[in-house]
Amino acid sequence: MLPIVPLGYYLGLSAIIFIIGSIGVMTRRSAIIIFMSIELMLNSVNLAFVSFSSFLGDTTGQIFVFFIMSVAAAESAVGLAIIIALFRNKQTIYVDEVNLMRW
Amino acid sequence: MGPISHSINFLEELQKSVGLFAPETALTVTFLLAIVADLIFRRSRNVTGFIALLGFIATGALLMSNSSTSAFAFNSTYAIDPFANFFKLLILITSYLIVVISFFSAELYHGNRKLGEYYTLIIGMTFGMFILCSSTNLIMIYIGIEAMSLCSYVLSGYTKEIRRSSEASLKYVIYGAVSSGIMIYGISLIYGLTGHLGLAEINHSLNVANLDHITLLVSGMMIIAGFAYKISAVPFHFWTPDVYEGAPVTITAFLSVASKAAGFAALIRFFKVVFAAVPAQGSIPDATWNMLGSIDWRIVIAILSVLTMTLGNLVALKQTNVKRLLAYSSIAHAGYMLMGVTVMSEIGVQSVLVYLVAYMFMNLGAFYVVMQYANLIGSEELEDYTGIGYRAPVLGICMVIFLVSLLGFPSTVGFIGKLYIFSAVLSFAGKNGQNFYWLAIMGVINSAISAYFYIKIVRNMFVRGAEFDKEKFKLSPESLVVALIIVIPTLYFGLFPGAVIRWAETSLKILVGN
Repeated sequence: MLPIVPLGYYLGLSAIIFIIGSIGVMTRRSAIIIFMSIELMLNSVNLAFVSFSSFLGDTTGQIFVFFIMSVAAAESAVGLAIIIALFRNKQTIYVDEVNLMRW
Repeated sequence: MGPISHSINFLEELQKSVGLFAPETALTVTFLLAIVADLIFRRSRNVTGFIALLGFIATGALLMSNSSTSAFAFNSTYAIDPFANFFKLLILITSYLIVVISFFSAELYHGNRKLGEYYTLIIGMTFGMFILCSSTNLIMIYIGIEAMSLCSYVLSGYTKEIRRSSEASLKYVIYGAVSSGIMIYGISLIYGLTGHLGLAEINHSLNVANLDHITLLVSGMMIIAGFAYKISAVPFHFWTPDVYEGAPVTITAFLSVASKAAGFAALIRFFKVVFAAVPAQGSIPDATWNMLGSIDWRIVIAILSVLTMTLGNLVALKQTNVKRLLAYSSIAHAGYMLMGVTVMSEIGVQSVLVYLVAYMFMNLGAFYVVMQYANLIGSEELEDYTGIGYRAPVLGICMVIFLVSLLGFPSTVGFIGKLYIFSAVLSFAGKNGQNFYWLAIMGVINSAISAYFYIKIVRNMFVRGAEFDKEKFKLSPESLVVALIIVIPTLYFGLFPGAVIRWAETSLKILVGN
């Protein structure tokens, strides 16, 4: 029988993906890649929920994952629509070229 | 108990829950009716707006009819209590006024833009905020935040041919998605620690088990980040100025009042239910909440509050766009309200509720006048406001009242709000002689700083450019009536605050757990 992978490994992987995602959001210029990085962050949360849920023997965590997936889909739909609206105005999706407003 | 009786119990519970859920159901029905009506009456631009107004009245009647109920619905994931009811009514009044104000907006009615979706999404956003006010489960809190945010992303970019607007909307959706990502990461950690997602169950686990402090602190901070984003507290405020400047004025006003109120409702409920010790059966509950665990959440919130109000006020000093200035002022006001949350006691919560009522009237009013001025002169720049007070005297005087109320001048409702917040902070006496005098002092200093930029607007409107004899603006009588509807409570509750204070006092009951 194969040995069970300990919980820490899952959580480590989830933390690493979350950090990659947040670095992507902070450093990338293209709005579409920023949205992909956000999806990475959300999926790392899903991984954490599923592994906790499996190790605790409790299903509520997996239910939360369903909600996160559906909300993420809705969010990227809205996000892409907004990117299209912006592209029609400015012919660019690079966030550093989108700066009419500064503090 | 066999499976049959079990399922009958479940059905009875569900039936009871659906009854308690009536106001939200009314909003959903209004939402669907608005969509259908928009398809049928294609020519009319206002029909969905009128349906929204009717729906809000029906929802308000349903809310009033069960204003004193306290019960859990849907398997303890949803609490109907006076506290939630207070916030729902506040949000409903705001939504109602926003729809009314939107009818006067030249910016929205520009060209032949269709406004069916606009009013429909306002109803949807109100629904999301209702969920957020009542939820006692982290899944429901997440759903509420997202239902509200998704509508507001679209609404803030509604005038999509204006560049600022679509830019604001993009910034909002990116920051919003990241902050909700951070929040659910925190939720996943707290789920791993306690094995529960219900707030009351998490509280129970914190009470019986000695959990890892560092993880608890990190996950708590991450969840607070999600709420802080909604109430635009520093350091999660980056979206606020850009979105408030770029969005249509009506939506700016809506975001600054209603979504902030919903964020505070969720934040207060989260702290009260998760971190406060449940008093023993039969004992009289303490007015000041005893916090579980060794982490001092009061200090965390106090630091957040000081940062928020100081940064908001200091950056507002050098703003030249009135909408952006009011955005920073609304950040500062979130800081004042966080002072009330810091105390974490009945008096503290009451002061936040009183402040929110005050803030609703004065902030909506200020944005309404900004919108009317934008209709008249087509600009929101402070420079263009020179002498405008003389050209539209009634609106000018209303604006002065709203601004001195935001400043906290006596005889306006803003003063009552500030008075309650400061006295709540000063009355706090914790264990080991802990007090928050320093926080109150920071608050007073900040109020003094804020005088500069509020008075700067008044000076531009009345003192500068008074020598010019430009012709007066013509305003429709309806638009003046709306201004008076907002200005009268601002003055009346400033002189006779009894009704607001009693309302807040009866709304303190937060359902804790079974």
